[in-house]
Amino acid sequence: MEFIQTLLANQLVVSILLSALPLVFIILMVLVVLYTEMKVAAHIQDRVAYMRTGWHGVLQPIADMLKLLQKEDIIPTKADKLLFRAAPFIAFTGTYVAYAVLPFSSIYIGSNINLGAFFLVAAGSLVVIGILMAGWASNNKWSLFGGVRSAAQMISYEIPTALAVIIAVMITGSLNLQEVTKFQDGGIGNWLVFGGPLPWMQKLMLMPFTVITFFILFVASIAEVNRTPFDLPEAESELVQGFNTEYSGMRFAMFYLSEYANLFTVSAVVVSLFLGGWSSPFGAFMSGPVWGVFWFTSKAFLFILIQIWIRWTLPRLRVDQLMYVSWKVLTPWLFVCIFAVGLILVI
Amino acid sequence: MIQPPTLPTNYTVKPGQIKTSTGKTIRTEEMIINMGPQHPSTHGVLRLEIVVDGEIIVDCIPHIGYLHRCFEKHCEQMTNYQQVIPYADRMDYCSAMTNEWAFALAAERLLKIEVPERVEYIRVIMAELQRIASHLIAVGTYGIDSGAFTPFLYTFIDREKILDLFEMTCGARLLYNYIWIGGLSHDLPPKFIEQTKEFVAYFRPRVKMLNDLLSYNEIFVKRTANVGVLPREVAINYAVSGPQLRGSGVNWDLRRDDPFVIDHKLDWQPQVGKGEVGTVGDCWDRHIVRMREMEQSLNMIEQALAGLPEGNVKAAIPKRIRPEKDAEIYVRTEASRGELGYYIISDGTASPFRVKARGPAFVNLSVLPEIVRGGLIADLVLTAGSIDIVLGEVDR
Repeated sequence: MEFIQTLLANQLVVSILLSALPLVFIILMVLVVLYTEMKVAAHIQDRVAYMRTGWHGVLQPIADMLKLLQKEDIIPTKADKLLFRAAPFIAFTGTYVAYAVLPFSSIYIGSNINLGAFFLVAAGSLVVIGILMAGWASNNKWSLFGGVRSAAQMISYEIPTALAVIIAVMITGSLNLQEVTKFQDGGIGNWLVFGGPLPWMQKLMLMPFTVITFFILFVASIAEVNRTPFDLPEAESELVQGFNTEYSGMRFAMFYLSEYANLFTVSAVVVSLFLGGWSSPFGAFMSGPVWGVFWFTSKAFLFILIQIWIRWTLPRLRVDQLMYVSWKVLTPWLFVCIFAVGLILVI
Repeated sequence: MIQPPTLPTNYTVKPGQIKTSTGKTIRTEEMIINMGPQHPSTHGVLRLEIVVDGEIIVDCIPHIGYLHRCFEKHCEQMTNYQQVIPYADRMDYCSAMTNEWAFALAAERLLKIEVPERVEYIRVIMAELQRIASHLIAVGTYGIDSGAFTPFLYTFIDREKILDLFEMTCGARLLYNYIWIGGLSHDLPPKFIEQTKEFVAYFRPRVKMLNDLLSYNEIFVKRTANVGVLPREVAINYAVSGPQLRGSGVNWDLRRDDPFVIDHKLDWQPQVGKGEVGTVGDCWDRHIVRMREMEQSLNMIEQALAGLPEGNVKAAIPKRIRPEKDAEIYVRTEASRGELGYYIISDGTASPFRVKARGPAFVNLSVLPEIVRGGLIADLVLTAGSIDIVLGEVDR
């Protein structure tokens, strides 16, 4: 007992324990999302998905994970061994690091830094390096295409994401995600997507622009996690499996994990910037630190559900159309929004 | 030497040409990629050798023959004309009914046999059901090519219902051996007419749903309009046939223009691509022609069911089929993918001296390199998908 107490007194041990918490969350969350995705997809497509592993196949994601753990780790002979081995972990690091600044509740945030929103955007770019490395190191032309497509796509869509974050920051006046969330506390009407807790006149004028920004951020976030209709880096019908064609076993699982963890991150960004983060939609009712975790995750899960729905309905864009959407539609609209929001705030 | 690509004006990307500081224009290096035979979207074992400049296709060379099974040589080794029918089934396995029908028709013309009218009606019903089943595969896999997975499963649910009807009729779900020389293997089962009518009523709204989900989807239209444009003249010069030819705006359907059975007695219209969302002959036109042909096939099935006469399903044919010495015949029919023809030479024995099959998919595939140059890899996938090849028939 004393030993544990001395351990807990040690700052380093505590930080390691605390940082392991998001990891546990990621793994559990990914299992749930995998199951949800398969089931929702199946019901959209008029089938039932797996039914035999446990009740309605609830154990299937665990079985999949165990299977991937046992698989042989194949590295192509002509691959760049070091980069090939490192790439999945770099991609996952980029995802994992972002969890440090996600405000799960009013009392729990990994690291309450003042540049939270900026940090999220920056951490998102780290994933690109991992994917590009994987594409290049595989020494496979399809992988290379996937890697290069991914780099081009994620960098292009970082611009709208960053600009949308700027709008949220302009209204709230802070880059700290806890501050941003606190600013929107107190019911659904105070959420930034509806103009935030400002005088009603200002709010009414802001609302069209915040709604547009919210939608753009959502579209850009789908593009950043490479999901349909923006799933070009791993477009199965074109590039076989894109950057992870040559990956197998645990390294493939790391990419998979990173992809699904990222799904939650981008949804969490949308939620904490525009939908009040952990704050309850009913004001003081059902609010508090524990309810905060509930609201935060359930709002994020709502967005994950919408992304799954979109994925199993729409076809894929072409590479030039993808760039067109980012540079000629989303970015100019955001400039308009920034200008208008700035003008309204000054008035 | 590969010529630089000529790009259609509607492309927003241009091939890699870099201007150096001295004002010289240099081309970026080309890369040769092997697409297939194990690529997910080559619809079987087609191998495409593509030369790309970045993502832009400079040239595309199809390599075929991975599924070659000596169809024509096998036909010569049969002890009986009837034995060729199961082989014909295996040629275009997505559309077996139309294959065996074409061969049976050729053999009947060679022997100068008249089949009872009931047989002709049943053959039309079967062929049109088969056409719907085959187009459903084409449309569903085309959805996958464009990145939409869900339509594929919807089309397969509907195709299952057609296969159930076939199973009920002849016991087989894919390779039927149902249409025999001089008739059919069995008459229709008791509840067939009723269940086919039910299927027709069920399937009409499903076509509309598929159109809403895929054909008129904004992204899908953007992806397929003005892509892989096959102009009218090129299509005719390459002897392209079937939905691909009609997609290019040529009103040519052998069921109407060279009627081999009762098709001309039924009320239906060949569907032609009109370039509603882009240019005439683009991928969307080929896709929508298939969608509309399914509706027309439903009309034909309904009418054929209504007019189905009573009678025998087997004509009186000799036990050993021996055509005259040196008799030869070419019969062409409109199969699901286009003009399917059989050229048979007889030497007076019980087995054919030579059988040559003119497959639509093989001919349609030959135009692929012509229409993909200058497009992106994503366009190549969609163009190849819109041709709707079945490698079993390309390689034979």
